[in-house]
Amino acid sequence: MTVKSVFAGFGGQGVLLMGYILAFTGMRIGKHVTYLPSYGAEVRGGTANCTVVVSDQEIASPVASSPDFAVVMNNPSLIRFATVVRSGGGLLLNDDLVHSPVKRDDLTVLRIPVSTIAHQLGEDRSANVVMVGAFAEMSQVAPLEAFKEALADTGLGKKAKVLEINRKALDAGAEAVRQAMKKEKSA
Amino acid sequence: MTKQLMRGSHVLGEAAVRAGCRYYFGYPITPQNEVPEYLSGRLLEVGGTFVQAESELSSINMVIGAAMAGGRVMTSSSSPGISLKQEGISYLAGQEMPAVIANMIRGGPGLGNIAPAQSDYFQATRGGGHGDYRCLVLAPASCQELCDLTFSAFDLADKYRNPVMILGDGLMGQMMEPVEFPEPVDPAALPKKDWILDGAKGRPSRIILSMLLDPKRLEAHNYKLTRKYDAMTAAEQRWEEYQCDDALLVVVAYGTAARIVKGAIKRVREMGLKVGLFRPISLYPFPKEPLSRLTQRVRQVLVFEMSSGQMVEDVQIAVKSQAEVHFYGRPGGVIPTPEEVAHQISHYYHNAHLAQGEAADGRRAGGAA
Repeated sequence: MTVKSVFAGFGGQGVLLMGYILAFTGMRIGKHVTYLPSYGAEVRGGTANCTVVVSDQEIASPVASSPDFAVVMNNPSLIRFATVVRSGGGLLLNDDLVHSPVKRDDLTVLRIPVSTIAHQLGEDRSANVVMVGAFAEMSQVAPLEAFKEALADTGLGKKAKVLEINRKALDAGAEAVRQAMKKEKSA
Repeated sequence: MTKQLMRGSHVLGEAAVRAGCRYYFGYPITPQNEVPEYLSGRLLEVGGTFVQAESELSSINMVIGAAMAGGRVMTSSSSPGISLKQEGISYLAGQEMPAVIANMIRGGPGLGNIAPAQSDYFQATRGGGHGDYRCLVLAPASCQELCDLTFSAFDLADKYRNPVMILGDGLMGQMMEPVEFPEPVDPAALPKKDWILDGAKGRPSRIILSMLLDPKRLEAHNYKLTRKYDAMTAAEQRWEEYQCDDALLVVVAYGTAARIVKGAIKRVREMGLKVGLFRPISLYPFPKEPLSRLTQRVRQVLVFEMSSGQMVEDVQIAVKSQAEVHFYGRPGGVIPTPEEVAHQISHYYHNAHLAQGEAADGRRAGGAA
C-alpha cells in the first residue's frame, strides 16, 4: 500500500510538524517514507505545505501529482489542493477556519473543528496533532498506537506533560473522525 | 545502527563528519543553509573547525589551505555561490588538492531563484573554472544515496587528488528520508599523504604550485592530469538501470529528476508501456559505455532534465546514431510532476509506434509459424 498525502495551511499552524510526525511514525513501523516540505522566500503567516509518502515498497517519487489525501488547515490551501486530490481520495478540513464549499463530489470530505477540540483539551497549540489523529483514523495508514509511541521521539516528547496532552489530542482527533464518518453514512 | 529521518542537507553534514571531514568553510546561501547550520554545531563535537567566511572566495581559499595541510575538507554552496568559488576550484584541480564541494543547485542564470533546478550540469561536468581540468561529479537521488556518495566523495578526492563535486538541488537538500549511516571513520587512521605541507621538520621542504611558467612543463602537467581523468573514466562510471530489461524506450535522468521519472514509469507501466530508466550517478565521468550498450538494444531515448537541456549533449555523445534521442526539460526551478513526465513518455512512445510495432511483430511471428 502507498499513501500519498499533502498537508497545507499557513506558517505557524504546525503544518510541517504534522507531515513530520506522519513520516517519522511510518519509518518507525518499518515503512518506506519521504517527506518533502515546500520552501521558498517565506514569511510568517505565509503558505506552508508538505508532501508525505508512506509505502510498503521503495518510493519512486517524493513529488505527488495526485495525492490520496489532502489535509487542509486554511481556505487558500483548499483552493490550491482540493483540485489535485485523486478521484476517490479524501479531504480533511479544519472546520474552524475552512468554510468554503468543496466543489467535488468524488471525494470523502470530513470537516473536523481541530482548534475547538484542542481548546477543549486545554492546549490550543495541539490543534495540529488533533488533525494528525484525525488523519490516522481516516487514512488507516498506521495504527493510532504507533503515532502515540512515535510522538515521544519527536520534539513533542521532551516534556511528559506535553507528550500526554498530545497523545490525548491524537485520540480526540481519531474520535472526531469516527463520529463524522458515522454522520456521513447516516446522511 | 537504526535509521534516522533527516533532511538532505543534514545528511550531507553528518555523512561528511563520519567520513572524516574535520574542516568546513562556507558562506551562506539558500537553499543549502542547513548544511553549515548543521556542521557549525556538529564539527565542534568532534574537534573540527567550522568557519563562516566573509565571502565565497575566502571560503574556497580556506579549503585550499586545509587540503594542502592534509585535512579532509568540504565546502558547500548553491549556484551563484559556486560560480564565485570557481577560481579556487580551478586552483584545487591544478594543484591536485583533494576537496569535496557540494552544490545544491537553484534556478539560474544570475541570481535566479531558490527553487530546485539542474541548470549547473555544464558548469560541474566541464570543469567550471578556467583551464584544462575536470571535477569528479556525483549526483545522488535519495537521502541514503547522498550519505553513501558523500563517503565516496572523500575517498575519491584522496584517491585521485582531485576536487569532487556533489551535485544536488534544493529539493534534495530539504527532503527527508530515513538514512542508515555507516560507522564513522577515524581521520587519524586514514592513509598518510606524502605531499602535504605540515612544516619541513626533519625532511626536505615541499612546494605545491599551479603556476608552471614553462609551457613544456605545464604541458607535461596537463597530460598528467589528462591521464588521471582517463583513469577516472575507466574506473569510476556509476549508474543505475531501472526496469530496462524489457524496455522499448528508456528515459535518461539523474538526481531529483530521476525520482520523478520513476514515479512516471510506474504510471506508464500500468498502461502497459515498456519503459525503463537509465540514471547516471557519476556525471563526470559520464557512464557512456553502459548507455551505449543499452541503446544498441533500445532505440528510443527520452532525456529529462530540470533545465533547458544540458546532459542531453552527453547522452547524444554516448548514443551516437544508435538510437533516437528526444528531450523534455523544465527550467527555472519548476518541479515537474510524475503525471506530466508520464504524458511526455507516452507521447514519444506512441509517436515511435512502439505499442503498435510490438503488435505488428506479434502478427508477423504468428504468420511465420
